[in-house]
Amino acid sequence: MEKINSQEHLVIIGNGIAGVTLTQRVRQRSKCRITMVSAESPLHFSRTALMYVYMGHMRFQDIVPYADWYWQEQQIELVQDYVERVETRDKKLVLRDGAPLHYDKLVLATGSSATYYDWPGQTLKGVQGLVSLQDLELMEANTAGIQHAVIVGGGLIGVEMAEMLRSRGIAVTMLIRDKLYWHNVLPQQEARLVTDHIRQHGIELLLQEELQEILADDTGKVRGIRTRSGHELPCQFVGITTGVKPNVDFLKGSGIDLDRGILVNEFFETNQPHVYALSDCAQFRNPAPGQPMLEQLWYTGRLHAEALASTLLGDRQPYVRGPWFNSAKFFDIEYQTYGTVPAQFTEQQESLYWQNEAANKAIRFLYEKDTARLLGINLLGVRYRHDLCHHWLQQGYTLHEAMQELPAVNFDPELFQHYEEELLRQYYTRFPDQPPPGRHSNWWELRKRFGLFSDSTSC
Amino acid sequence: MHTALISETASTTSNTSQNVLKMAGLLLISIGLLGILVAAVGADYISPVFTGLGGTLVLTVGALVYIWQSRWHKSPAEQNHGRWHQEATSRGPSAWVIGFVLTGFYVLLYWFPDTLQGLIQATEPLSQWLRGRPSDQWFLYGTFYTLAILVMGVYALLKYRNSRYHIIRTISVMFFQLGFAFLLPGLLLMLNKPEYYFSYFWPLKYDYLFPGTIDYLVRDGAALGVFMVFWGAVFSFLATPVLTYFYGKRWYCSWVCGCGGLAETAGDPYRHLSDKSRKAWQWEVAILYPILGFVILTTLFLWVNSWSEGRLLGDLSGGFASTYGFFIGAMFSGVIGVGFYPLMGNRVWCRFGCPMAAYLGLLQKHFSRFRISTNGGQCISCGNCSTYCEMGIDVRWYAQQGEPIIRASCVGCGICAHVCPRGVLKLENGPREDRYAGSPLIRRDELRILS
Repeated sequence: MEKINSQEHLVIIGNGIAGVTLTQRVRQRSKCRITMVSAESPLHFSRTALMYVYMGHMRFQDIVPYADWYWQEQQIELVQDYVERVETRDKKLVLRDGAPLHYDKLVLATGSSATYYDWPGQTLKGVQGLVSLQDLELMEANTAGIQHAVIVGGGLIGVEMAEMLRSRGIAVTMLIRDKLYWHNVLPQQEARLVTDHIRQHGIELLLQEELQEILADDTGKVRGIRTRSGHELPCQFVGITTGVKPNVDFLKGSGIDLDRGILVNEFFETNQPHVYALSDCAQFRNPAPGQPMLEQLWYTGRLHAEALASTLLGDRQPYVRGPWFNSAKFFDIEYQTYGTVPAQFTEQQESLYWQNEAANKAIRFLYEKDTARLLGINLLGVRYRHDLCHHWLQQGYTLHEAMQELPAVNFDPELFQHYEEELLRQYYTRFPDQPPPGRHSNWWELRKRFGLFSDSTSC
Repeated sequence: MHTALISETASTTSNTSQNVLKMAGLLLISIGLLGILVAAVGADYISPVFTGLGGTLVLTVGALVYIWQSRWHKSPAEQNHGRWHQEATSRGPSAWVIGFVLTGFYVLLYWFPDTLQGLIQATEPLSQWLRGRPSDQWFLYGTFYTLAILVMGVYALLKYRNSRYHIIRTISVMFFQLGFAFLLPGLLLMLNKPEYYFSYFWPLKYDYLFPGTIDYLVRDGAALGVFMVFWGAVFSFLATPVLTYFYGKRWYCSWVCGCGGLAETAGDPYRHLSDKSRKAWQWEVAILYPILGFVILTTLFLWVNSWSEGRLLGDLSGGFASTYGFFIGAMFSGVIGVGFYPLMGNRVWCRFGCPMAAYLGLLQKHFSRFRISTNGGQCISCGNCSTYCEMGIDVRWYAQQGEPIIRASCVGCGICAHVCPRGVLKLENGPREDRYAGSPLIRRDELRILS
């Protein structure tokens, strides 16, 4: 029986979004004892908001979504300690400071940390990634009074770090392996737009460039780097943002199967009974076709936890990701994506793309040439309704059907200029025979017609 | 490397000129403040008009130069950089000084206006020009208040310049303060009509429906006075429910009201200081609604008293009215409401004290199409929305569960939607049917935050 009963003890290692969502969902429907163990921080905090603490938009206590009273009222025990090892035979956790902890069911949600690629000098003082609260504290210390920083890697954490450093007036150079920023994810035009925008914010981007080695001064601190092409850049800080790797080292010898991450099936079950793993630290043994083995995002952390909670509560459901979505922000430009928009399109794919003259807003609809089936939407500087985009992709809308409902999809604030007209002009040029958008395509009517809301209200 | 060097040199030059202009702005601000000080204490030695009005003018110009220089060169996403690092905006020593000085100014204004004689004289020519009568402490106050909204309105316009919603909203509060709360009442006095503020209504302007005020308006204003009484009653009992039904409380609180106007402009640098705890919400409810009850009772008592010609209640109703005037009208709305901006945030009065906000809030919660929608499963729980909510609403609580935010206290300023880095929030008016329903893309927690 996988269903947890009320006498059992559920222990979760990690209090990130995955661990917290899991405890909340289980607590909603079970009286079992729940303990959350974290070495990082006594209370759950929003990892994606660490940058705002550094920039002074918020204090640390402001990025803590649930105050002490919440955990007390929910009867969820919080333990701040480091798990030295897991003894699956005795169902026991050995902690660094506290007494061993017995579990009936164990969920591993230990997250990830920055990946290093064995660069010479990578252990010098002033070299670091940015994932944990401790990384943030370290970054405060490492960047105090410095002039120049280098960031290795052109992904989302990289641009966040660049924004953080610029807020303190530190000159930033980013080394990016691709021809454009984030070009392994964004198509050419979006990547170009974002690349230019980042440059306008005073970040120096060295494209098609990689790190060769990090140079030390006499005291063991960073004094500069050398790139693959032989350039030497002086700097006092090196940010490593070339991706993250699962935190699984403490599980070696526990009998739990590991590869890069903790190996799990689509129910997040490991090879050991009553031990589960999810989110950043989990690796799917057999991912669905076209889906990654590791999903290391805030949103997927929450989705994993919702699926596993169902299983633990007796409703055994495999994890199905559903239409993909993600969002980010590059300085002033917000980014949203729904469905799949790859960096390179195949012969079979075609898209409608609109971009404004100031090059800070863009909309792309990707579809299949033959069937006109909608594949995905990319948005820069424009907000769309997630619920409606999800519905389009879930129901397998064609581009034509989506265009019928286009007037309902915009989520920008009131009084903002809308650009859907311009997109539609392009659309009707390409498909002159299509009828104009439906007259009853306003959001509230569609929401009602398709039932795009949930009644489980809590307020 | 070459290009980097060039751009660095270029940015250094522009930084230098920015800094020079900023310094010039600060110098003008200082000279202006000195002028005002001299007007306040040295009226016997030098004309307070020259130093006071001149000082105010120089102060205004200096402030505009400084604001322009410090805001224009910051990109929209950088506008809140360092908010919790700078002591002036994080309850540091200078925040306390500003808080004490503002509070002290209100104490002098309400109870020792004679001490402000020099400054009152300084505004004499302005008062004569606008109202055709001598200046007094309320005219001095109105002048400073309006200037604060106009100058800091420019600050808000620059800070939120990438949002048309905020540009239009800010211009609206500047317009209503200047036109409806400063120029028009002055003009009415000039024409020997009763002074009347068309942008304030009962129960905020509680005496507008008191029998004494109505008597005075009708007697002194004749036909115009009758219109004023009509206007006030229509707005309190008809226009307010109708407008709130369609747009929520915001049509008034963050678009028209003068208290809201000051909060959204001069108070904007302090909006993150409002307390977000559940305790604060409990205090809010425990203070706000009794005040509304008190205004309603006072008004009823006064009418009963007036109809019965004082036989029924004697002096009780008068006592009620003057108690309210002292504790709420003066102490709360002025001294604490504005004086505590740098310590408790910019909406202390609106949140804990304003009877109009209480009335609008009840309508908004139970009889309105307004809500703040959240966008599917996009929230990352970062907390910018809650932090920058001036009304102390824990917006994130709802957003991270994919629920719409429908709260009596929300003034609809829209800053939560502005500071959200993922575009999760949208203020909108929609059908009341399924108004509380959330996104199907997040499974929700059933714990209530308000209890």
